[in-house]
Amino acid sequence: MALAVGQPLGRDGNLNRLIQVCEDEDVALLEIKNLHVEVEDKKILNGLTLTIEKGQVAAIMGPNGSGKSTLAYVLAGKDNYHVTEGDVLLDGKSILGMAPDERAAKGVFLAFQYPVEVPGVATMTFLRTALNAQRKTRGEPEFSTPEFMKRVRETSKLLGIDQEMLRRAVNVGFSGGEKKRNEILQMAVLEPRLAVLDETDSGLDIDALKIVSEGVNRLRSPERSMIVITHYQRLLEYIVPDVVHVMAKGRVVKSGGKELALELEATGYAQFADEAA
Amino acid sequence: MNAEVRAMKTAAEQALSAAFAAACDTLPGKGAVAALREDAFKRFDAKGLPHRRVEEWKYTDLRALMREAKPLAGPAGAKPKGDIEPVLTGVDANHTAIVNGRYEPAWSDFKDNDPGVSIVELFKFLADEPGYRLGETPGSGDPAHWLNTAFMSGGVALRVKRGAAPAKPIHIAHVFSGDAGAAMYPRVVVIVEPGAQLTLIESFSGPEGIDYQVNSALELVIGDGARVDHIKVGCDGGAALRVSTLGVAVGAKANYKNFAFTVGGAVVRNQTFVRFGGEGSEGAIDGASLLKGRQHVDNTLVISHAVGHCMSRERFKSVLDGESHGIFQGKIIVEPHAQKTDGKMMTRALLLSDEAEADNKPELEIFADDVVCGHGATAGALDEGLRFYLMSRGIPAKEAEALLVQAFIGEVVEEIAHEGVRDALMFAALKWLGSR
Repeated sequence: MALAVGQPLGRDGNLNRLIQVCEDEDVALLEIKNLHVEVEDKKILNGLTLTIEKGQVAAIMGPNGSGKSTLAYVLAGKDNYHVTEGDVLLDGKSILGMAPDERAAKGVFLAFQYPVEVPGVATMTFLRTALNAQRKTRGEPEFSTPEFMKRVRETSKLLGIDQEMLRRAVNVGFSGGEKKRNEILQMAVLEPRLAVLDETDSGLDIDALKIVSEGVNRLRSPERSMIVITHYQRLLEYIVPDVVHVMAKGRVVKSGGKELALELEATGYAQFADEAA
Repeated sequence: MNAEVRAMKTAAEQALSAAFAAACDTLPGKGAVAALREDAFKRFDAKGLPHRRVEEWKYTDLRALMREAKPLAGPAGAKPKGDIEPVLTGVDANHTAIVNGRYEPAWSDFKDNDPGVSIVELFKFLADEPGYRLGETPGSGDPAHWLNTAFMSGGVALRVKRGAAPAKPIHIAHVFSGDAGAAMYPRVVVIVEPGAQLTLIESFSGPEGIDYQVNSALELVIGDGARVDHIKVGCDGGAALRVSTLGVAVGAKANYKNFAFTVGGAVVRNQTFVRFGGEGSEGAIDGASLLKGRQHVDNTLVISHAVGHCMSRERFKSVLDGESHGIFQGKIIVEPHAQKTDGKMMTRALLLSDEAEADNKPELEIFADDVVCGHGATAGALDEGLRFYLMSRGIPAKEAEALLVQAFIGEVVEEIAHEGVRDALMFAALKWLGSR
């Protein structure tokens, strides 16, 4: 264990988190080992192994039905996704026994492919409840209202989300682009250590894609890792990954640098159909 | 053969007969009132307590649920300290107390002296105004209502005079104050004259753990062009049995809103009968129930459009936990010639446990051909996708559920125009959630 001199404290200045981060300096942030997952008795993930380093932005690409979204849900802890074999380690410790809210408090965040509408719950209330619940679970003091408001206002401005939207019920009556921007707003406010972006580009026009990508890029930091799940290479022009993993039939079949995405764009996914079999 | 052979009287029915025989000479009101009592009891006695084979009472079998008839409640005693209805603490209103079924000025707190408002003890009102015919509002053909008429022990008559608009809500608080199970039969008359406006709050409360019985009736006459916001707050003790009959006669170009909020009581039936008797009126009959344990709450509505060009909306939501049982029966009747009627009914039940039960029975009886009427009903558990979304943001399961239930109930509670009452009920809902 080494406490690096001059390493910035977290934005919340919480020493415990920093110490924890430093303690685990030699361990990868996320290690997925030989993961097998069934949904309704159907095998979806089939021995998936993947390591995400601290601060790394990893793209996961693959054809429809390769298990990308299942991986996202399993990481977030959704019910009815049964892990039959393997493990998922965050900071070297298994998170499979944890409820979704506990994982969130540990720093896992999923930006949903289809963000859910929450009628009757104002976005602002939702954000504050979530942030304070996480802080409470971590044993940190709750945010004061002015401090919280400032944080949300700044971020929403950058994402082109107007104040009126924050007063409206979460995602209710939002356009596809607004919903995705709202996901990134939540990510910015909750400051996760591992963000999983599930097809964040789907349903976005080019302008919205740029805004969302800029929002994501602003959140890149040596303390934050990201898994960017996408079907197309287009998103990766805006969010440039450190590594690209290709999934097929429930496992990673190829890994490489960002140029792999371009290669795939040219050749398609058909070549992997056999490799995974 | 006569199919209406009455089964043997139950213990409760026998006790009611004995109680009426013993009390009919001493109950307040002579002459016409006494005759009304006599007639009502005769009608009741012929039918007995309503049971599951009486269609209107299908889900609330009073013969089975009311094992015994409690003795008539005694005097109120001294007013305890504190607000008469804690749920409404913070709501600036004029309070009128009806304790153990009788008007208690000493328990009341009527601050304003508005010349447009008069509030008089019920039997004094009936003696002073022989022209007022008690029991002419809709719903008076119901057996529980007969029982109220037979035993009515007191209450008030509230009048809001032509064009008057009292600044604060008028709160009629029904309280049971005894320390052993007893029965109370309050009766309230509310007359809102043409062009007048009123926010009326009716509340029901009593001690926990005492199996008191309430059979209340309120008749509300709304004049042409008048507006009434009526909020019913049911916070009875957990062992109480209450049946409340509300009869509303709506004039022309009037507006009537009713909101029934129920959290308390072991067995509660709110039966609401509204009749649109003048064209161009609007009505909204809404409600929210939050139930747990073995609570049984029945909201039964009969909305009758006797004339055309009126609009009615009914929206009820219930949250059912434990082994509770929530019932909604809503009937919209469109009489012949009541053309251009617009009636819609919606009920939603949220089941928080596998043992809870929701029954919905919407009915439309339409005898006119140019109308728009519809109904919808849903019952289901909390949306798992929603729950997961909230939890994935770090909100623990219990808190996520509370937030979703709050939002579910909030959608109807928001319909209450009076901000103070709205906040008070939302707070009561939060308290209910906190106690789960």
